[in-house]
Amino acid sequence: MFIVDYIKEVFGAIKSLGTGMRRTFWYFVHPKEIITEQYPENKENGQLILAERFRGEVVMPHDENNEHACTGCTACELACPNGTIKIVTKFDITPEGKKKKAIDQFVYRLEMCTMCNLCVEACPSDAIIMTNDFEHSVYDRNELTKILNKPGSKIRDGIE
Amino acid sequence: MKFSLEYITKSVDGWLNATFNPTIAFLIESVIVMVLVIALFAFLGLVLVIMERKVAAFMQIRLGPNRVGPKGMFQTVADTLKLIVKEGFTPNNVDKFLFNLAPFIVMITAMVAMAPLPFANGFQIWDVNIGILFITAITSVSVIGILMAGWSSNNKYSLLGAMRSGAQIVSYELSAGLSILVIVMLSGSLRISDIVAAQADGWWIFKGHIPVLISFVIFIIAATAETNRAPFDMAEAESELTAGFHTEYSGMKFALFFLAEYVNIFIVCAVGATLFLGGWMPLHFGTGTAFNTVMDYIPGIVWFFGKTFLLIFIIMWFRWTFPRLRIDQLLNLEWKYLLPICLVNLLLATIIAIAGWHF
Repeated sequence: MFIVDYIKEVFGAIKSLGTGMRRTFWYFVHPKEIITEQYPENKENGQLILAERFRGEVVMPHDENNEHACTGCTACELACPNGTIKIVTKFDITPEGKKKKAIDQFVYRLEMCTMCNLCVEACPSDAIIMTNDFEHSVYDRNELTKILNKPGSKIRDGIE
Repeated sequence: MKFSLEYITKSVDGWLNATFNPTIAFLIESVIVMVLVIALFAFLGLVLVIMERKVAAFMQIRLGPNRVGPKGMFQTVADTLKLIVKEGFTPNNVDKFLFNLAPFIVMITAMVAMAPLPFANGFQIWDVNIGILFITAITSVSVIGILMAGWSSNNKYSLLGAMRSGAQIVSYELSAGLSILVIVMLSGSLRISDIVAAQADGWWIFKGHIPVLISFVIFIIAATAETNRAPFDMAEAESELTAGFHTEYSGMKFALFFLAEYVNIFIVCAVGATLFLGGWMPLHFGTGTAFNTVMDYIPGIVWFFGKTFLLIFIIMWFRWTFPRLRIDQLLNLEWKYLLPICLVNLLLATIIAIAGWHF
């Protein structure tokens, strides 16, 4: 019946609009839900809350023995869309007297990085991660070219 | 003694007439009224804009303006200052006369429509016997200003926005008028003071059963559409038409359009509060209880502004909830839904008014 459908449509519309209005009113009377970060102020009083997966710069974590997990496989270098990463390799001599490939320098150019996370996903040994640090301003652009492996560091045992 | 604005106006009027001759007294009174209206306009512009931005922000889980003054309360003052010092730029190839005239027409219609509004008992600029008809007639003149702005800007977005606004106001005028008619019929007068007086024993929204409730909802929808606000802001539609009819305006001329929008919201909400929520009448239950006596001590002007701002809040509330309608959906809503419902509702209200079933 036409008229029944018509009335149903009117009441259905009112009901669905009411649902939306209830939601916005709920947010209006619950100011605790506000997600705005008042950045420079809340940095000072330590209330800056960033999402866990927020992507800042790439770092290479080192453990207490100054060891990292990078094998120098260059998967990250190949995965990077803008050539941000350049891996310089060298050959170490193992105690058994064999030659082994290892990284000399992990060069990371922050100025070209778009924080796309592809290098972290490509890494087979989880040697690099992205931090929450987002304040990258410097006065000299040379400071943006970073060597991620610390001087004198070597690969952790058991990582091939 | 109860606070009464009527006493103040009466004594000022008496003193002026006793001191000067009637013509000069009338002129002085006109100047006082003009100053008061302009002051109210400035006040409304400042308060409603910050209210809109704060309400919008809280509904969208944001903070809103919070830098200028305590909690950002002086943001609109700063914005107004900025608009005042900006150049009132007139682009090449516009129709200069109409372009410069349009904002004033929009503003003046908003000012004139304020004349019959009853702010408190006896505190009314002009208690004309066709008050509500006068407001309806004058508010629909503002579409001429909008069309003028759109046409003279010589800009496709402005013209599209203005044409949409024309189609929209012409359509929604009907359901606004029909929903007002329900109240006019129940109270039996077009004079606003009579309509308010008819609600002394209860507001129409309580006394008038379902027809008044339906016409209240339709009035709010039509009022939103007439003031060109979201979800009916086809005339501006910033995502499609940049800013619609005022794309080419800047500085104080833009500010006049902006102010007129907010003053129009105030006017339609004041009309809604007067017709459906009893204007300056206090809230009464039954007769002669202690509650009623307490309510009587709250001045009428507080009641009036309280009700008006409640309606303004409702209009803002659904502005920041609903997405914008398309132009065909907008006209469908009016002609296929609101108008038929309005006509049936008017018939129902007529039966109730004739049979005397309202309280």
